[in-house]
Amino acid sequence: MRREVLISIRAMVLLTIVFGLGYPFLVTGVSQAVFPGKADGSLIDRDGAVVGSALIGQQFYEPVIGKNGKPETSKGVAVTQPDPRYFQTRPSGTVPADNAAGSSFANYGPNSVITKDAIQSNIATYLALNTAPDKHPYDPAVTHAAQVPVDAADTSASGIDPDISVANAKIQAYRIAAVRHLPLATVDALIARHTTARSLGFLGEPGVDVLELNLALDGSK
Amino acid sequence: MTVNGWLQILLFCALLIGLAPLTGGYMAKVYTGQRVFLTPLMGVPERFFYRLMGVDPNREQDWKSYARSVILFSLAGWLLLYVILRTQSIQPWNNYGGVAFHAAPWNVTFNTTSSFLTNTNWQFYGGETTLTYFSQMVGLTVQNFASAAVGIVVAIALIRGIANRTSKSLGNFYSDIVRTILYVLAPIAFISALVLVSQGSIQNLSHYVSAHGISGIAQTIAMGPVASQEAIKMLGTNGGGFFNVNSAHPFENPNGFTNFYELLLVLLIPAGLVFTYGKMVGSRRQAIAVFAAMFVMFFGAVTVAYAAEAHGSPAQHAAGLHTQVIANSTGGNMEGKEQRFGVADSALFDVVTTVTSCGAVNSSLESFTGLGGAVPFANLSASEVIFGGVGTGLYSILLYVVLAVFLGGLMVGRTPEYLGKKIEAREIKLVALGLLITPLTALFSTALGTASAAGRASIDTAVTGSGPQGFSETFYAYLSQANNNGSAFAGYTGFIQPNAGNAGSHGVTFADLLGGLTALFARYAPILFALAVAGALAGKRVSPVGLGTMRTDNATFVVLLIGVIILVGALTFFPALLLGPIVQALTGHLYG
Repeated sequence: MRREVLISIRAMVLLTIVFGLGYPFLVTGVSQAVFPGKADGSLIDRDGAVVGSALIGQQFYEPVIGKNGKPETSKGVAVTQPDPRYFQTRPSGTVPADNAAGSSFANYGPNSVITKDAIQSNIATYLALNTAPDKHPYDPAVTHAAQVPVDAADTSASGIDPDISVANAKIQAYRIAAVRHLPLATVDALIARHTTARSLGFLGEPGVDVLELNLALDGSK
Repeated sequence: MTVNGWLQILLFCALLIGLAPLTGGYMAKVYTGQRVFLTPLMGVPERFFYRLMGVDPNREQDWKSYARSVILFSLAGWLLLYVILRTQSIQPWNNYGGVAFHAAPWNVTFNTTSSFLTNTNWQFYGGETTLTYFSQMVGLTVQNFASAAVGIVVAIALIRGIANRTSKSLGNFYSDIVRTILYVLAPIAFISALVLVSQGSIQNLSHYVSAHGISGIAQTIAMGPVASQEAIKMLGTNGGGFFNVNSAHPFENPNGFTNFYELLLVLLIPAGLVFTYGKMVGSRRQAIAVFAAMFVMFFGAVTVAYAAEAHGSPAQHAAGLHTQVIANSTGGNMEGKEQRFGVADSALFDVVTTVTSCGAVNSSLESFTGLGGAVPFANLSASEVIFGGVGTGLYSILLYVVLAVFLGGLMVGRTPEYLGKKIEAREIKLVALGLLITPLTALFSTALGTASAAGRASIDTAVTGSGPQGFSETFYAYLSQANNNGSAFAGYTGFIQPNAGNAGSHGVTFADLLGGLTALFARYAPILFALAVAGALAGKRVSPVGLGTMRTDNATFVVLLIGVIILVGALTFFPALLLGPIVQALTGHLYG
């Protein structure tokens, strides 16, 4: 029995060294040598600093300016709102939104009033953002809930979904074109360029990488 | 539903059917000591492992000796992992996210340790907010290998028990473990990790990255050695994510291809082992019969889940959303799903990881529609015999096969035999106990969790409201842990953590302990019964096939087997299923 106990301990220690250190180090070494950018998180640099990751959604928000002309704060934290000049990502369940250091599900159930309320609130936000100050929708075809694509109203799983559907992007394109004074065709062309197709043509769903698209927008003006 | 969605599902099924016999044949060679193409590479390390462990790989073990080795090996692993997780504050690679991670309290650690030992990998913790890279690699990754290997070798021991006609031996535990890891798990995991990195999974030991954001809103991005753990997490049907949201995180599962690839990894070994079994008992037809029963139930589950998710949820419809497919949008229930996976890949992922003991998720199960959410319940209620976990699926369905043979024997009025071996009172008692322990543990724990205030404290009323979802959360938590699955209706809480680090974190002791005990008991008791059945069958004389012998390799038997599995699962779980998932599937009512 004592011999067997010793064997079990020796086996665990050996496996721990080989597969707890050796295996991840080997994978790290090879990955860093062969796929350095990807192994480090597909980070994107702008002006010499990391602006984000192509695989991670982020907030494209601006400070809310109060009546006195200064940024509003609530409990010392600046109040922000979606920046109409940028494409917006999907609703996020993390705290704060798009928290890439603390991913979490929203866990909204299918038969809950709480879920319905959350979806309705997302729809209202989306419609308001895509409505011009003169109360006309930027995209004339999108005026009420039934025309909002599901991905714009439903919370993503990770809370940091980098993509939106092409339908969602094409609706927001009207707003972007108007706010940035660009031809709609130019914005649509950018969307097409930053749409990730299905892998190998049929795996997964197509999506538009919002960070890359917004960077391209900033570069095009 | 879309044509493209079905195309993916059908191709997946075709690849599964094509790959299973190949991996199965390979594993049969590994476990019968034959030379394989990796022998020149792994032969030396294999002997080196035996020498360092102090093991004689040729020592034959009977079932009791084999079982003792399983228990001692697991005990050593449990203690080591517990110590690693409790000593985080003195570990290297800490304070990489701007916050030094302390050890989680004893109750959460008990849960995490027990669940990784048992291939459950329940996550009452969030990886990127509470665990150091050291804990993830040296603690969790190691058990991803070890717990998977234990499941596989128990299945192999049961096969040997069924196949051996003259000897009581079930093989050598440590030899089986070493060969499993060196010839099967490690090579596939290593290559798969690199495949994942090539698609965007991360693999580094860097500090968390501070990004300044387009709008000047700072964003901290968690890093880590992710791909190496992701690969074995899927291959070993473990399922514990490096990150809190598991395979929904873009760094764990960056695109449609990785999603598909990870799902193939999950089923590769469980489906392959069926053919390993066929090889080792010398009957390919037996393997095909068992595989067919599994596949029929699997395909049914995928169809229901996909249809339900494509239809959308009552909450969506009440909010005024249109959920049918439109140009450039998948439609359907995208609540808690990622755009790059859409509805079809989320439904497929959900079914693949809940028929097996994987339990990884790429979408929020709690946000599935009532019917879509009932599918994982049904899969777990079948005790994970539809392919099942690595090894566990095969040894569980073989117990069902013996039970089906017994029932069939009663119907035709003959002494039941399986592969020529008489099934007698001792075997059938052990089989019945082995099959009933997991469901009974699940029901007992659910009852405790529902009836006690301490248990109900874990229900996330902020998202469930007053409806049946609260019961579904509780039931799923213990059904999942009893089946060593590890997927969750993730509102169910055992561990409250603030978002910045884990300072001030605490566990819900009741849920932590009950979950951990449930996982341990429902893992090791069935293992002991499966090994005891192996011991009872090993060395039994084989009677020749006669005219009245009930065949176990034809379509009639496949139907009988499916019937027995559904009957046992339904009779055991129907009342509980009615209270939660079935209500949710049938009602269009919204609960406040």
